[in-house]
Amino acid sequence: MTLAPERPVAERPQGGRLVDQFEFGLDAPICLTWELTYACNLACLHCLSSSGRRDPDELSTEECKALIDEFERMQIFYVNIGGGEPTVRPDFWELLDYAVDHHVGVKFSTNGFRINEERAAKLAATDYVDVQISLDGATAEVNDAVRGAGTYDAAMRAMANMRAAGMKDFKISVVCTRHNIPQLDEFKAIADTYGAQLRLTRLRPSGRGADVWDDLHPLPEQQRELYDWLIANGDDVLTGDSFFHLSAYGEALPGLNLCGAGRVVCLVDPVGDVYACPFAIHDRFKAGNVRGEGGFDGVWTTSELFLDLRNPQTGGACTKCSAFDSCRGGCMAAKFFTGLPLDGPDPECVKGNAEFLERGEAPGSSQDHSHTGTVRNAPVPLALGPTRTSRPASACDESPLVTGRPWESDRDTV
Amino acid sequence: MPAPTTRPSTRATTPLAVREQSAWQLSGSVELRPEPFGALAYDFDTRRLSFLKSPALVAVVRALSGCSSVAEALDSTEVPDAQRPAYLAALHDLATGGLIKERAS
Repeated sequence: MTLAPERPVAERPQGGRLVDQFEFGLDAPICLTWELTYACNLACLHCLSSSGRRDPDELSTEECKALIDEFERMQIFYVNIGGGEPTVRPDFWELLDYAVDHHVGVKFSTNGFRINEERAAKLAATDYVDVQISLDGATAEVNDAVRGAGTYDAAMRAMANMRAAGMKDFKISVVCTRHNIPQLDEFKAIADTYGAQLRLTRLRPSGRGADVWDDLHPLPEQQRELYDWLIANGDDVLTGDSFFHLSAYGEALPGLNLCGAGRVVCLVDPVGDVYACPFAIHDRFKAGNVRGEGGFDGVWTTSELFLDLRNPQTGGACTKCSAFDSCRGGCMAAKFFTGLPLDGPDPECVKGNAEFLERGEAPGSSQDHSHTGTVRNAPVPLALGPTRTSRPASACDESPLVTGRPWESDRDTV
Repeated sequence: MPAPTTRPSTRATTPLAVREQSAWQLSGSVELRPEPFGALAYDFDTRRLSFLKSPALVAVVRALSGCSSVAEALDSTEVPDAQRPAYLAALHDLATGGLIKERAS
C-alpha cells in the first residue's frame, strides 16, 4: 500500500535534529493510544472512533494482559487508554493495576461518570496513573450540545471528587470547536480551580466527527484566536502537539510539529487492530492486528504501511510553500477524511491553500459501533444543521503526539 | 545592579558540576530504551521523557554505574580527549534533569 508515491526510500540521517530522526520512525512508539472498548454510555457527536456498542470480538482480559507484557518488553513506558468509555469494561481497574505493576504507566481518558469518591481516592493513591476528563464546553450549554445531557455535571463531579482526593495535575481535555473557542479563558479558570492541567486538542473529521466537521470546526478567524491564545499561555496549556498546522502562522507552537503517525504514534483498537494514529481508524491506515503471528511488535516494525509512512514526504504541493517547514503539510487524517490529497494542504491550512482545492468524495468510516437505538442522554446540537443524533460518544480524543510534553525535555546533547 | 529575583530557577535544583573524578549512575527511577539515534530516557517518577542523541553518549551513561569515576567511564568507552568537555556538559545536563545521580565512588 503506498500512501504518497512521491516518497522515495531515504536513508536515516546521522545526528541532527530529533524531528528529522522521528520522521524515520522509532523502534517502538512513544505515544501509543489503546482504545479498550467501543462501548460507551454516551453518544458524543464528534466521536473519533464512532463508539457506542461493544464489539463481540474485543480483546479478552488475558489478551489485554499479554499485550501489556509486550509493551513492557518493548519498553513502551506509558500508554494512553481510551475508548469508547474505558471504565465500562468490567476488567478496566484490573488491567490498570496490571499495567502499572508491569512498568507501563497509564493515562486514561474518561467522561467522568464513574469517577466517584472511592475511585478518585484509589486513583490518587496510585503512581503512574494519570486521568483525563473530557469537557467540550466551559458551560453546560456548550458542552452538553456535543457530549449529551448531564455530561457537564458529570465531568464537574468527577473533578470535584479528584480534587477532594488530592489528585494533582489531572487533565481536562477539550476538543476545540467554533462554540468553545470563545471560552478558552473560562476553561483555564476551571482547570485552575480544580488544580488540573488544561489540555486542548484539535477537532478531527474522523469517525462521527466527519458528520459535524463542517458545523463545528473552528472558523478561520478563530484559528488565529486559538493560535494567539496558545502562544500567550505557552507551557501552562498542553496540546499534545495537536495544532502543528497552526505553526504556519509564524512562531512554532511548543512541540515537534510533525505528523507522528506510524513513526512515533499509533493506535490499538478494541479488537486488536493497529492503526497509524488515533485519528485514522480506517482500513486505509490499518497496519495489522496484535493477534497476528508477530504480535504488536511485528506490526510496528514490519508493516508495509508503517515502513512507507517512515519515509519523509518529498513531493506534493505543500513542499513548495514557505511554511512547509513549520506545518509539514498538517494532519494526514484531516486530509484523508475530508477527501483531500495526502500530500497537499490540510483542510484548515492557515494560508488558505485548501480553500479552492477540488475535494474527492469523503471516504467515510470503515467501522461504525454507534448506538443504533435511542440514547438516554443523546446530545442536542446547538443550532446545527442535520446531524446524526442517535449516537454514542467517547472520551477518545487522543493527541497525535505524546502525553505531557516530553519534547520540552529534549536535551541537545552530544 | 539588577533587582534580586525571588523566583527560583526551575533548573537550579541540582547545580552540581559533574566532575571527572566523581562517580555517577543512572537514577533508580530512570530507564533507557535504545533507539537508532541514541536512546530515550524515561523517568517514572517525573514522567518525563528525554532523548540522548548519540549512541556514544548512551554508552557512557550505561558505563557510569560500573566505573569508579566519570573519567573511567569516558576511558572505557574510548571518548577522545578533545570531546570530553562536550560529554561532561551533556552529563551535567542529565544530572540537572535528575536522570543521573552522584554516588559514593
